[in-house]
Amino acid sequence: MQLELRGITKRFPGVTANDNVNLTLKTGEVLCLIGENGAGKSTLMNVLYGMYKPDEGKIVLDGESVVFTSPADAIAAGIGMVHQHFMLVPVFTVAENVVLGVEPTGQFGSLDIDKAREMVREVSDRYNLNLDPDAIIEDLPVGVQQRVEIVKVLLRDAKVVVFDEPTAVLTPKEILEFFEIVKTLIAAGRGVVFITHKLKEALNVADRIAVLRRGQVVGEVDPKTASESQIAEMMVGRPVRLIVDKKPHAPGEVVLEVKDLSVVDADGRTMVDHVSFNVRAGEVVGIAGVQGNGQTELVDALTGLRNSTRGSVALDRQDITSASPRVRHAKGIAHIPEDRQRQGLVGGLSVAENLVLTRYHDEEFSNGIIMDWPAAHRAAENLIAEYDVRTPSPDVEASTLSGGNQQKVIVARELSRPLRLSIAAQPTRGVDVGSIEYIHSRIIKERDAGTAVLIVSTELDEVMALSDRLLVMYGGKIVADLDPKVTSAMDVGLYMAGSRPASTVNA
Amino acid sequence: MSTVDAVVAPLISAEQRKQARSVGFTLVVLGIVAAFVLGNRPGDAGFKLVDSYIFVIPAQPFARILALVLIALGAAQLLKGFGKWTNVVLSIAAATFVISFLAWAASGGSFSFTGMLQDTVTRSVPIILGAIAGILCERSGIINIAIEGQLLGSAFAGAVVGSLFGPWAGILGAIAMGVGLSAILAVFSIRYRVDQVIVGFAINFFALGLTSFLAARVLTEHPDYNILSPLRPIALPLLSDIPVIGVVLFTQTLFAYFAYLAVAIATWSLYHTKWGLRTRAIGEYPKAAGTLGVDVIKLRYRNVLIAGAVAGVGGAWWPIGMVGRFDQNITNGRGFIALAAVIFGRWHPVGALSAALVFGLAEAIQLKMSNLDTGIPSEFLLMAPYLVTLVVVAGFVGRSRGPKAAGQPYDAQ
Repeated sequence: MQLELRGITKRFPGVTANDNVNLTLKTGEVLCLIGENGAGKSTLMNVLYGMYKPDEGKIVLDGESVVFTSPADAIAAGIGMVHQHFMLVPVFTVAENVVLGVEPTGQFGSLDIDKAREMVREVSDRYNLNLDPDAIIEDLPVGVQQRVEIVKVLLRDAKVVVFDEPTAVLTPKEILEFFEIVKTLIAAGRGVVFITHKLKEALNVADRIAVLRRGQVVGEVDPKTASESQIAEMMVGRPVRLIVDKKPHAPGEVVLEVKDLSVVDADGRTMVDHVSFNVRAGEVVGIAGVQGNGQTELVDALTGLRNSTRGSVALDRQDITSASPRVRHAKGIAHIPEDRQRQGLVGGLSVAENLVLTRYHDEEFSNGIIMDWPAAHRAAENLIAEYDVRTPSPDVEASTLSGGNQQKVIVARELSRPLRLSIAAQPTRGVDVGSIEYIHSRIIKERDAGTAVLIVSTELDEVMALSDRLLVMYGGKIVADLDPKVTSAMDVGLYMAGSRPASTVNA
Repeated sequence: MSTVDAVVAPLISAEQRKQARSVGFTLVVLGIVAAFVLGNRPGDAGFKLVDSYIFVIPAQPFARILALVLIALGAAQLLKGFGKWTNVVLSIAAATFVISFLAWAASGGSFSFTGMLQDTVTRSVPIILGAIAGILCERSGIINIAIEGQLLGSAFAGAVVGSLFGPWAGILGAIAMGVGLSAILAVFSIRYRVDQVIVGFAINFFALGLTSFLAARVLTEHPDYNILSPLRPIALPLLSDIPVIGVVLFTQTLFAYFAYLAVAIATWSLYHTKWGLRTRAIGEYPKAAGTLGVDVIKLRYRNVLIAGAVAGVGGAWWPIGMVGRFDQNITNGRGFIALAAVIFGRWHPVGALSAALVFGLAEAIQLKMSNLDTGIPSEFLLMAPYLVTLVVVAGFVGRSRGPKAAGQPYDAQ
């Protein structure tokens, strides 16, 4: 089967998401669609999957023009899609999710759930996916949920399977398993479209790579000959440094001291379990781990957003275990929160207002009752220039900026003052390559100025590149304290999955 | 989706502990009430089961023994807890308390216990049907606050059409009204994506205002538009001969039989058919169904309209199954009680049936009490069903989890 997208253009109010895109997809090969966030990858695939109607252009299937008005049409034409956010009903079983829409029925339209189980087992066995049809989705790890999505697609006999950012939520081990599955699909004569913004993965699995920038295909490259920096340049439109430049670190005195800290969530589950560690001045400590292993709760406890149930936190030997967020802020703790929209910014306030959000009560900006807006504006304009925030004006609502620029607003606000400790959670999640480069360089600059830095990230590459020391969290505990210079990503991945590298088991 | 399964969770959550504690206190409070209030009237109470047999309970000793047992159970619950037996213990305790209360009220005389249970079922019928309508909507992701308005509107339509063209036509008229009001809910919440709670409230006030106006202006001038002979109870052959149960369950009007059937069909369809799987899917995560080619919008419309038809039959119960006429605000909040039954019954038809029976029992007791001389003011007795609703909703449904997507408009893009 050969599928062509010819001259696809899709406009949304104020933005052209796809601009005259031409692409060819074939069975038996992996096409990688790479581009930054907002380059139009997902829009293009939603057009292909019948979720969006293109404004111009057409879809050609084996030489014949076809029109998809709903996902049902695309499915019937042999296109399957595994969405970035899994389309699984959390309270349903695997079998129920898989057969939804193509339910086998018995008498009086009754659901033949035995048949459904059998169908799941059959596909699961054929592609070696190892699924229990009766498991409830919400009890399954993310990697297994993805395999359920794959079975869904295969059961509908998809000739071309589209994966939208499939590795974003997986552990390193699950990513390797996923690549194996992709190979099985190709061997079975199906085609795979792989959407990603991760350069390594694209070079790893693709037969062809198409690069998207601002809604246009800016070129196709051959993964056998192309380099990471070449593709990155095509994605961003200018040369990008992919490696974090940093000098050897010179750790000073202990700044942050966490002793025996435990945190319980709203349901009474222990999310942080007797955790102890230090961060020194001029040192970047990274915390790696799969999402949901207590990192969020740990950061909340360190920044004063959540109470701990035991243990202590000290900054420069002063106990701050029960200090309020404002007190911690005043003592020189910066916080770049993991959820930009909900904790980092107030979307409905202007960029300038967001930039003074932690300092509005300082003498510089108010006399106690009345705000000195001109002063706030001047400060905001300086920060916008210094941190290269791309905004039409300081007065536009923060929610209208791109993800990368929103993050720069937060970084500017948090890092633009004398600091003792900087805590950054997922500092580059959903941020484009260009901004990642900038944010990383800022964090290293802070370190070199003698600030203690704590980075929490689920992106293993990021946390390994930035950290001078790497802790791994699993099940609420710190299970490893590693030197990233001498540890392989694979070993860290094993710790993240709750096991131990073979070398240490034998030792 | 987080993978918190890695973290060792304690056996019970904080919320469950709180719930267990409130159950313990409830038991102790019931025990104290039994000791001091229900134990203050000497005399035997006769519970008439069948014409030839009266079951006699000595009110005072019964209440005192019950008080001791309840306080002991409450203490045990507070100290140790009954774990998964908590709800069973609580249900048995509550049932025994109700019997003790009846014995207190009837001490020195007797009353028809079977008749009271029959009333319970009869009074539950519109609540059951309203709750099924609610479940059909909410399972598809549409919050239906408008059950009250649908019941009231169709009661009016049933009365007028029934008076003019006979009871069967009346039921059809009521169904048409139920579907019509549902269509308003559907169009505004699905097509125009208006907040579903607000649309529901608007429908309730619209139905109340319109029917009150028409009843005051039109029906008082044309009394012949508002008089019909309600359907008689039909004793089902064989089944109605079973002692007690035969009278309670199988000597009822067609409305009750329809309600039984509605619960059975709704349960089977929701959990054992293709339609049910899709309906539950669009109530939990419509996008999952949408990306598999299920037409979410169409299915939501269809289910909301079916719900309207079921509510229509429920509304017809007042004029055609019960009183033979329409009065202003005749439903008097039963639709809201049905909504409570949906939640209390955890969005399951059988659960809602059980909840509706509890509310029906409260009404039936209130009816009985007004015949017995208890000294409780009648205004207070009229409050009873609503009080039960409040206690049940506030106390015991805290942790139930409804369809996740209920209230959220679906956007195919």
